[in-house]
Amino acid sequence: MNVRPALLRRLLAALLFALAIGVVHAQAVRDATPLEFRDEAEARRFHDLVAELRCVMCQNQSLADSNAQIAHDLRREVFELMREGRSDAEIRDYLVDRYGEFVLYRPPFSARNALLWVGPFVLLVVGALAWWRLGRRRPMERPPPGDATLEKVDELLGR
Amino acid sequence: MAGNRHLASAVIAAVFLGLVGLLLYGVLVSDRSDRDVLPSPLIGKPAPEFSLPVLHEPGRLVDSRELLGQPYLLNVWGSWCPGCRVEHPVITRLAETKRIRVVGYNWKDEHADAMRWLEQFGNPYWLVLVDYDGRKAIDWGIYGAPETFLVDAQGIVRWKHVGPIDEAVLERDLLPALDAIGVPR
Repeated sequence: MNVRPALLRRLLAALLFALAIGVVHAQAVRDATPLEFRDEAEARRFHDLVAELRCVMCQNQSLADSNAQIAHDLRREVFELMREGRSDAEIRDYLVDRYGEFVLYRPPFSARNALLWVGPFVLLVVGALAWWRLGRRRPMERPPPGDATLEKVDELLGR
Repeated sequence: MAGNRHLASAVIAAVFLGLVGLLLYGVLVSDRSDRDVLPSPLIGKPAPEFSLPVLHEPGRLVDSRELLGQPYLLNVWGSWCPGCRVEHPVITRLAETKRIRVVGYNWKDEHADAMRWLEQFGNPYWLVLVDYDGRKAIDWGIYGAPETFLVDAQGIVRWKHVGPIDEAVLERDLLPALDAIGVPR
């Protein structure tokens, strides 16, 4: 394909512009300094904790997996709260107070979350019950062929 | 026996229809622009306390208590944020009515970039607070820009919007929220 560079540049500019417009709620991009752990136990505790916290920007990733800037910030916050001596539960509450229960991959059992927790089991029980009921159905008993049909059979067989 | 069989079929049909309904609901809400928005747990609670530098006056810190007494709108923005440019004319017009103080919250930015951005597009803010490492933003539950909070005279967070404010958000949410906390027109 033979495209003039000027045209190509314009197309590229238009594409970049379109991409920029698509981003309405955005993140700053900056490098973050890696966290330094004192020992293996602290590192393990940190990784277990951030693995069950959800990234608020990219909602299908955990705080541990996400590269979003806000995930960096929240990991640093979790780390510092750990260093302050707060317990895992306190750190979770700290984030829930600010971002809501959404940050928990394992939300607490409450009236609002009841359906979330018991829903799958209710469906399982309903399915099992339905299966059991249908499974008890006996094979259908066909009536023995009547005289009329047997006459037809005789006729077909030329008897 | 036959009754039981009918009951079982009815239950299966009901569960199936329920699932289909759930899927349809998911499809219907999937094009709503606010489908990923997290509801803020701060609504109805006191705004976080802070002491933050002021963009235009190096060395000056503003304490959250200094903002009490009158309501204000806290608008989170950054020069790197395309959505902030989108809502900038709306924020500017709102600020020009002088109905409410619009406080800028310059989040994760660079001083020179922020100053240039305001020079280029105009500064609608009554005051611009600076949070370049984003530590205080966590207290507000900020996770992107733009975001906008309405704080009343007693310092209670009354309303929050995630994403650019456009005329629809203004009409549907923000103006009624201002009326609700008794901001005079």
